[in-house]
Amino acid sequence: MIAFILNNSEVQLNKPGGYLLVDAIRYHFKLKGTKLGCREGDCGACTVLIGQHENGEVHYKQATSCLTPIANIAGKHVVTIEGLAMQELSPVQQALVEESGTQCGFCTPGFVMSLSNYSLSETHPSAAKAKTAIDGNICRCTGYKSIERAASHITKLLENKDANNSMEWLIEHKFIPAWFSSIPKRLKQLPQHQHTLTNAIVVGGGTDLYVQQPDKLEETPVNPLSQLSELNYIKADNNVCRLGAAVTVSNLLESETFNQLFPTLWPHLKLVSSTPIRNMATLAGNLVNASPIGDLTAFLMALDAHIVLSDSAKTKTIPLKQFYKGYKQLDKLDRELITEIFFTLPDKDTHFNFEKISKRIHLDIASVNTAISIRVADNIITQVHLSAGGIGPTPAYLSNTVKYLTGKVLAPATIKAANNVLQNEISPISDVRGQETYKRLLVRQLFYAHFITLFPKTFTLPQLI
Amino acid sequence: MRNIDAKGHVTGQSLYVDDLPTWEGTLYGVVFYATVAHATLQQLDTSRARALPGVIDILTAKDIPGENQIGGILPDEELFASNEVHFQGQPIGLIVATSEAIAKKARQLISVDYQEKEVITDPRDAQTKGRLIFPPRTFSMGNTKQAWAACAYTVQGRADVNGQEHLYIETQGAYAYPMENGHIKISSSTQGPTAVQRTTARVLGVPMHTIEVDVVRLGGGFGGKEDQATPWAVMAALAAQKWSAPVKLILHRMDDMRMTGKRHPYSADYKLGLSSDLKMIAYEVVFYQNAGAAADLSPAVMERTLFHATNAYYIPNVVATAYSCKTNLPPNTAFRGFGGPQGMFVIEAAIAHAAHTLQVPKEKIQEANLLVKGNSFPYGQKITDNGLKTAWQQMQEKFALEDVKKSIVAYNQTHSTTKKGYALMPICFGISFTKTPMNQARALVHIYSDGSVGISTGAVEMGQGVNTKMIQVAAHVFDLPAHYIKLETTNTTRVANTSPTAASATADLNGKALEKACKTLLTRLKTCAANHLQTQPQNISLKQGQVWIKDKATAMDWSQLIEHAFLDRICLTENGHYATPVIHYNKTQEKGHPFAYHVMGLALTEVTVDCLRGTYHFDAVKIVHDFGKSMNMHVDRGQIEGGLVQGMGWMTLEELRYDPEGKLLSNSLSTYKVPDVYSAPEHIYIMSLPTQSTEMALLKSKAVGEPPLMYGIGAYFAIEHAISAFNPSYVPIQNAPFTHEKVLLSLYETGV
Repeated sequence: MIAFILNNSEVQLNKPGGYLLVDAIRYHFKLKGTKLGCREGDCGACTVLIGQHENGEVHYKQATSCLTPIANIAGKHVVTIEGLAMQELSPVQQALVEESGTQCGFCTPGFVMSLSNYSLSETHPSAAKAKTAIDGNICRCTGYKSIERAASHITKLLENKDANNSMEWLIEHKFIPAWFSSIPKRLKQLPQHQHTLTNAIVVGGGTDLYVQQPDKLEETPVNPLSQLSELNYIKADNNVCRLGAAVTVSNLLESETFNQLFPTLWPHLKLVSSTPIRNMATLAGNLVNASPIGDLTAFLMALDAHIVLSDSAKTKTIPLKQFYKGYKQLDKLDRELITEIFFTLPDKDTHFNFEKISKRIHLDIASVNTAISIRVADNIITQVHLSAGGIGPTPAYLSNTVKYLTGKVLAPATIKAANNVLQNEISPISDVRGQETYKRLLVRQLFYAHFITLFPKTFTLPQLI
Repeated sequence: MRNIDAKGHVTGQSLYVDDLPTWEGTLYGVVFYATVAHATLQQLDTSRARALPGVIDILTAKDIPGENQIGGILPDEELFASNEVHFQGQPIGLIVATSEAIAKKARQLISVDYQEKEVITDPRDAQTKGRLIFPPRTFSMGNTKQAWAACAYTVQGRADVNGQEHLYIETQGAYAYPMENGHIKISSSTQGPTAVQRTTARVLGVPMHTIEVDVVRLGGGFGGKEDQATPWAVMAALAAQKWSAPVKLILHRMDDMRMTGKRHPYSADYKLGLSSDLKMIAYEVVFYQNAGAAADLSPAVMERTLFHATNAYYIPNVVATAYSCKTNLPPNTAFRGFGGPQGMFVIEAAIAHAAHTLQVPKEKIQEANLLVKGNSFPYGQKITDNGLKTAWQQMQEKFALEDVKKSIVAYNQTHSTTKKGYALMPICFGISFTKTPMNQARALVHIYSDGSVGISTGAVEMGQGVNTKMIQVAAHVFDLPAHYIKLETTNTTRVANTSPTAASATADLNGKALEKACKTLLTRLKTCAANHLQTQPQNISLKQGQVWIKDKATAMDWSQLIEHAFLDRICLTENGHYATPVIHYNKTQEKGHPFAYHVMGLALTEVTVDCLRGTYHFDAVKIVHDFGKSMNMHVDRGQIEGGLVQGMGWMTLEELRYDPEGKLLSNSLSTYKVPDVYSAPEHIYIMSLPTQSTEMALLKSKAVGEPPLMYGIGAYFAIEHAISAFNPSYVPIQNAPFTHEKVLLSLYETGV
């Protein structure tokens, strides 16, 4: 029995934990405003808000309900489009009407939810942030401009939001119904779920697992990794950064620690999926999925991260670069669980860059991705880690190229020669994400892009080609 | 007036097929389909599936009481494959179960033996082997053979343009409920309620009047639900008929993508001749249309490719031939533009080729050849105004075309890693169904005794705002506030024998029919008012719900007038019928006057290409568009912006991929990418072309559904322009879409 608050009602659902939230909403609770477009988190028509207690307050995030197992919402507040119903339209709804930001209307509830979450959660509203808020919503009718115009009206209104009394302000200005203020207390009164690991399949955010095997999972209990708060931490001490397995991409983005470590974190992670998926997807999930083009896998591998694997009896630590044994084959027993990812903190001479190219720049799977961390002293490359995805059966740590670069002078000739080494240690195949010749060329360009981005005084494009 | 559905949309209250309340005892259908592209069906074993608890039935070809045939134009497509399958994803049967989950499980338990046959996916290959859907057609004008001698320059080459997945966010679906006496009511997400009704009757072996089709609205159609919404509705009705139970069939996205056809991919050979002053003198083109495995709407789509083969240009000598090639892909179908965009892409590619060869800016050739008043199209119709020339002037005056060009040159001189490019894209699109008999529509108007008004037309609302425009028409004729008027669902029992909502012509056709019905009622009401007010009908007018005599308001308001009319036993219901005048077409001669009018316009697309990574970003698209006199700028602007971005998607990131065995590789939203908010141009500026418009358009407001899609073609050539700035040796690849992959390979033609 899974208990949660659905809009303004405490509800219980007697379904397996793997059952999907969208099916619960549409076909069990008969709330038909939440639409189904793709069942793989790629269209956003099923977007809902999920609120949970964090540091004494209820924080809301948008999520695609088509990939959310109900086990992940136990004890939380789920808001659908029906939950925004008030006497009058909310300013978000009104702006969309005024700007004709809705045509066929099928995607519209998703956009309303995303922009409502933007209203609820954004502390520094801006046109760019509003655009990010709807980066997981596809509209096939409008061409987006009318929706952007609506979003800019909302942004203007939100500039007056009282940051200290956000909820009261939003209620007063009819962004949300008044009953929202009762939710923090009511959430605490819900039956508490004890989350202990069982033999059932472990699901993180579900953002990939439910794309692959939704039918099977919908009928089974699951171990909801995201509900294990003890696995959600970001710590940096003793020269080591430690990340709990349940940390999501959004958690990284919100972490002051992580932003200090990586000043360009947002431009990098903006390339990773969409806001709702970043809210859901966990680091451990990205690693165990073993996709040859996992973005965070490439990211972490270039930090020479290590992972901690545990079963009930013991734990072991292995370098991430040794984790992948073949296509979707891991150095991991079935009963083992990744509990932590850690890496040595980069020092001030170490530079980091992440590059990713896909068919569509955002919310897409990479054709090729790559990350580098590189330490340079007196124009000599003293240490380097380089990873790439999309160039073989597994995410790859490019050890030959690393070996070649280490100790060399940081100069265009070095990098051009290193590309030859690089080309010999990759084996991309032609597939729906690009033919081999393209991927080889793309790897070269992104390899060069690392250096042009990190050392613009030393490298320009004309020097390298 | 804002879209009348907007409030329902933003509150989640608008209903789509899968949102309708579920009837007790509803069964669920899941389609069982072919996993090979061309084969004889040897043995179909459904026994394990049937044994699964909850499975009610598995319907196949032998369960069809009527005709196993759904082909609209040509009878060449079975509902369920009986002996042979012709494409991967072709329906073989329908699993009917007490839940969708059970039906899906049962699908895994069905086994089929196939005797595989040769698979053809390339249209040229099919043409060589004589596999055509129907005989080729040729449009011609002048004499190209003689004209070549007069050409100072000729270029010839090949151009390819890929298809496009509709990706309406609401997938295909239908819900059929048995009524009394064997009648069946179908709620369908279709652009063509009559097609659903007619085909269901044919397959079920019953008269059309036993089938009622009702459409509330569509979560997007774009042509994909013109013909291809039909099979799912027929299947649901077939099961409902057999089991006397409501049956719902909503396609899962991946089923939808694998089972339905798309915009047609085309390959073409062209030869273009120009004079020394860049006038296009002769154009020969052969189109190879990839029709897929059955005709569907391909003949009509192919015809429109020929109609628009010369786009917005006057070329005195033309031979345009098209082959509809039968391949083992899902039958391709209508998609916004309906073959026109492919014809336009090819002529633009030919012009780009000529510009590249002659080293002149592409727009110089475009501008030198724009259609002017009195010019003939190859199909005989003449252009009636100088809209294209005016659009070009407006682009200079209002959008400072020359300054844009200069600033792009300056940018490119100072940037080595990124380059900017631009392209102009004129359009000239004919409005009307090219099959003349389809240009008719009806509207039914009831005025209820309390004065409220209910309207039914044959138009289907799918986001294009047609219902809003219909309300505007009635409000305009009666001079009533819009809240008096309600638009009913589209239903075959209220408006029969409808043409599908397509061809951009739906507001014109249905709106004109509605206008006639309203005017007839108005005449009756004026007579009634005149009787009561003891004056002549010609002195009566209605203004904002009040009855006026000449320039004075009377005490009689609308509801009193209606009450009088009812008590006087005056008919308060009227049916309007409209058939587009003037149009005709002779297929033997390939000459006539097929279009009520043309819609023209010009777009300027500006792009920045990242020459390090091979990506692009659209800075702006500036459009001068021929709205006529727009009756609703909120709606029409949405059509321009949405059509443009959809066209840009087709030209850039939307890449349809099949493997040689006919398996769809771009089979989900994770592998087929449509524009997201970041892919849309940073700015879209639209201005209205000053025009006299035409009485053929509804309230002089010209059709706006399809034409803007073709502005998107400019995106392709803008990218090409930017690539040339980085790589002067780049030779146009003539192959859309311009994906990131093609961009990088064009920037660095020698590879790694």
